[in-house]
Amino acid sequence: MAHFPKPAEGSWTQHYPELGTSTVTYEDSISPEFYELERKAIFNRTWLNVGRIEEIPRTGSYFTKELQCAGTSVVIVRGKDGEVRGFHNICRHRGNKLVWNDYPREETSGTCRQFTCKYHGWRYDLNGALNFVQQESEFFDLDKADFGLAPVQTEVWQGFIFVNLDPDNTTSVREYLGELGAGIEGYPFGEMTQVYKYRANVGSNWKLFIDAFAEFYHAPVLHARQAIGEESRKLQGYGYEALSYGIEGPHGMVSSWGGMAPPKDPSMVKPIERVLRSGLFGPWDRPDIEGLDELPEGINPARSPTWGIDSFVFFPNFMVLIWAPGWYLTYHYWPTSYNTHIFEGTLYFVPPKNATERMRQELAAVTFKEFALQDGNTLEATQSMLEARVVTQFPLSDQEILLRHLHKTARRYVADHKVTATPVGVPAAR
Amino acid sequence: MTTTLPPDFADLEPFSDWCLATEAERYAKRLASSMEEMQTFYDVAFPRLDEVLEYLDTLDLDALPDDAGRLLLLCYSLVNVSFPIEVWRQARVPDSGAASMDAVVEPAV
Repeated sequence: MAHFPKPAEGSWTQHYPELGTSTVTYEDSISPEFYELERKAIFNRTWLNVGRIEEIPRTGSYFTKELQCAGTSVVIVRGKDGEVRGFHNICRHRGNKLVWNDYPREETSGTCRQFTCKYHGWRYDLNGALNFVQQESEFFDLDKADFGLAPVQTEVWQGFIFVNLDPDNTTSVREYLGELGAGIEGYPFGEMTQVYKYRANVGSNWKLFIDAFAEFYHAPVLHARQAIGEESRKLQGYGYEALSYGIEGPHGMVSSWGGMAPPKDPSMVKPIERVLRSGLFGPWDRPDIEGLDELPEGINPARSPTWGIDSFVFFPNFMVLIWAPGWYLTYHYWPTSYNTHIFEGTLYFVPPKNATERMRQELAAVTFKEFALQDGNTLEATQSMLEARVVTQFPLSDQEILLRHLHKTARRYVADHKVTATPVGVPAAR
Repeated sequence: MTTTLPPDFADLEPFSDWCLATEAERYAKRLASSMEEMQTFYDVAFPRLDEVLEYLDTLDLDALPDDAGRLLLLCYSLVNVSFPIEVWRQARVPDSGAASMDAVVEPAV
């Protein structure tokens, strides 16, 4: 039984005919060779979100981001002019990692006046210029102007800091994010500065975890025990249908209803949720800030009164989830090999005014972790069986349209890169 | 006996070992506790939650006295324990196996 209208073509998937409706393979998620191609074609060529401007509030504030997927580490810093800049995290002298603390492979953050290499004391200002060389006179014709830090294209969109590791990239991040990005511009992200961030090592290909969060078809089943008895059975019987889906270029979004904030029937939620008025969908009461009454037009595109959450999948590995009760969540999936990745889930709330508001946010954050632990573990089970290759063709429902699109997009980037990366005059491999 | 919580909430004193500053500590204590221990804590603390918040809401969240701050930490633990008690019937998240998830950023208060 259809609960919400679908496009004239009869389904969301057929509304985007290039997607097809056939079974799919997950070879792109179980092949070490394909992953190596993804690193070149995707992670070294697209805009990657590495953080928020609130993380570097002052001149000299910086953080590092390990990008194993792209084979580098970057340092993001706010300059004296207030501009946000990014550099490859490498000293121009002998190649030492420039900014790190105790453990070279761990990320770090802080505030500094300049960057000093631990190895031989070379110093760089916040614009990346080399301004001190230990025993400079020992070097041969060394012009410091030639040895500034290697810059990385860095742009800020709606407070989100992005880097693009392709020096030849000519597309701005705003252009890259396209209509789906433009549709959420103006949302009060900058007001939501109370942050909870969780990180997990997950034993699956990065795309498989996006798959898990890009459909809600699994929710009534996998998370059945999170709802109370009768309600859980009711949810499974009802199943799941989104309000609407959108696909544009490499990106996608799903808009969903959300009757849980507040629930129609209080007996359907946990006792502590009833007392605190909060839960998985966040605190039930919206914070009192500007910009939540009139939402940007890309949010709740179906303009449904039952709207609860929009999930945006910005290719390749960045998701933004905007919740009706006035908070947002981001997901990042950082591949570390073809079958492992680091997952980061970050919750952003308007700072609480009192202990009750603080407790509501605590409950939302803890609930998020309980769900994500279930999701993450299920993926290891999926990855291992996909790798067995005993079954290679899998059906996808209309509610899983974003998965179909994600895997297709990854394959397209890899295929396009193979074509363009073939040097002129060199015969293709036989 | 030294009291570590506001006087009105002396009945929660036996559970002051749940006043833990980080999510990692709270979650670790949950995994290390028996269901009986958590049930006892929950049965005493949960019915007081409304009164606790009514009291804490009279104070400036950014300048809580030590005893009130500890009371709030105890409430965070109550949130954590509510999952095993109200839903899972076990300390661990079901089907979470060896999976773990670390809080790498959490609010100062």
